[in-house]
Amino acid sequence: MKVRIDPDICQGQGRCFSIAPGLFGFDELGNGVVIGDGTLQADTLALAQLAQANCPEHAIFIEE
Amino acid sequence: MTIKEPVEDFATDWDHTDPRWVRDPYPIWATLRETCPVAHTDRYGGGWFPTTHEMVSSIANDTEHFTSRMVVVTNNKFPPNFIPAPMGGAPPITSDPPFHAIARRLILPAFAPGPVNALEPQIRSLCRKHLDAMAGHEFVDAGTGYAQFIPPGVIAQMLGFPAEDEDIFREIVHFILDLVDLAPEERGEMSEPTLNYFSNQIDDHLANPRDDLTSYLLNVEVGGKKLAREHVTGTIVLILVAGIDTTWSAIGAALWHLAQHPSDLARLVSEPELMPLAVEEFLRFYAPVTMARLVNDDYEFFGCPMKKDDWVLLGFPAANRDPEVFERADTFIIDREVNRHAAFGLGIHRCVGSNLARLELRVALEEFIVRFPTFTLANDADVTWAPGQVRGPRQIPIRVLS
Ligand code: HEM
Repeated sequence: MKVRIDPDICQGQGRCFSIAPGLFGFDELGNGVVIGDGTLQADTLALAQLAQANCPEHAIFIEE
Repeated sequence: MTIKEPVEDFATDWDHTDPRWVRDPYPIWATLRETCPVAHTDRYGGGWFPTTHEMVSSIANDTEHFTSRMVVVTNNKFPPNFIPAPMGGAPPITSDPPFHAIARRLILPAFAPGPVNALEPQIRSLCRKHLDAMAGHEFVDAGTGYAQFIPPGVIAQMLGFPAEDEDIFREIVHFILDLVDLAPEERGEMSEPTLNYFSNQIDDHLANPRDDLTSYLLNVEVGGKKLAREHVTGTIVLILVAGIDTTWSAIGAALWHLAQHPSDLARLVSEPELMPLAVEEFLRFYAPVTMARLVNDDYEFFGCPMKKDDWVLLGFPAANRDPEVFERADTFIIDREVNRHAAFGLGIHRCVGSNLARLELRVALEEFIVRFPTFTLANDADVTWAPGQVRGPRQIPIRVLS
């Protein structure tokens, strides 16, 4: 499983990198970015899902 | 100021400055959401108030049918010194695409998490300074003695304005956000001194450039050209107005809540790691900021015949209480884990200051409850709420127990 942020939808609400700082960071404008290639392990999947459930813009996608 | 008719039916005659709305809008919104769900008014030259999360979200994301040219509902849709879209009077909040992205991009870096987090030590010492002044008193005011002082100090420093001008900032904010009922002529006259204040600050920065946001805006170039002076003024006014009583309201509302919910207070004191979740729930539950749009052209929205230049009150706080999106929406749950709230708006106008606001709110609460681990509301009848689109408690009389 992989997590990604759609940069066209993300508005920099900042929820993902506060909830899961190991998975998400931010660029110089404050928009969310995925750290590394976004591959999720069993333990990080739940965190990614929590970030996804808190994203006000629905900009986070978790895919096979 | 004109004396207004009291509201009898919020569905057909809403007024966000009505005393009942100012004191406790949530039951009004809940009824409208269940029975209406888009309220209308002929006040302010005509406008709509959609109450569901779905509607608020779709308007915030629809810049084609709704313009941000004016975002504060007043009796005056076309003030004399008015600057039209796409820039508007206070870019980027009054700007529409495509200009909006340019104006926004200029200020985003200063408010990104890196530079903002670096402010934490200063915010903490600002909070401690005001707590020191409250020490030893059994009765204190968490609003006029604390919450109102935190944001202006931070903003003054970022803009490079004199810290001792705090009272002037609060007056400016009061005029722009609270006194929305003035007749159009009165509003015109009162903005003179406001504009002069900013003009003098800009002249001073032109003469003595320094390392702050004001000098940055005066020097930055877009497409090889410096910004128009009215753009710089508009953005500075915006940062000052948007940065002050919004966060002050959020801090105040959180302290007002804790003063009445000893179990929430006790949990925060004994489990400080809950603070980030608590901050989001405070923001959801007491979201202070309601925005507005104007309808671009006649448009039917969820069956409502909206007319060109009608107001639309964009209720992010109402969206945050929609039971379709939030479980037990009208219950404050301090450790709510799934909390997709819209307190900072949705779409392209997402609050530029959200990282700063969260930091100020968290630090102000942490410092307050470390200093005063138990306190209660001295008298709810003395609590006053700011009217208008930024809602928060102003006087918050508190009795310190320990
Ligand atoms: C708890 C505190 C705050 C809340 C609830 C809040 C809320 C909001 C909301 C709802 C919007 C969206 C406006 C719209 O859709 O028309 C907004 C925009 C904005 N806010 Fe805040 N705000 C807060 C604090 C701050 C602070 C501290 C600053 C800066 C110092 C700030 C600066 C701005 C700016 C510049 C915009 C315009 C963004 C744009 O149009 O692209 N806000 N805010």
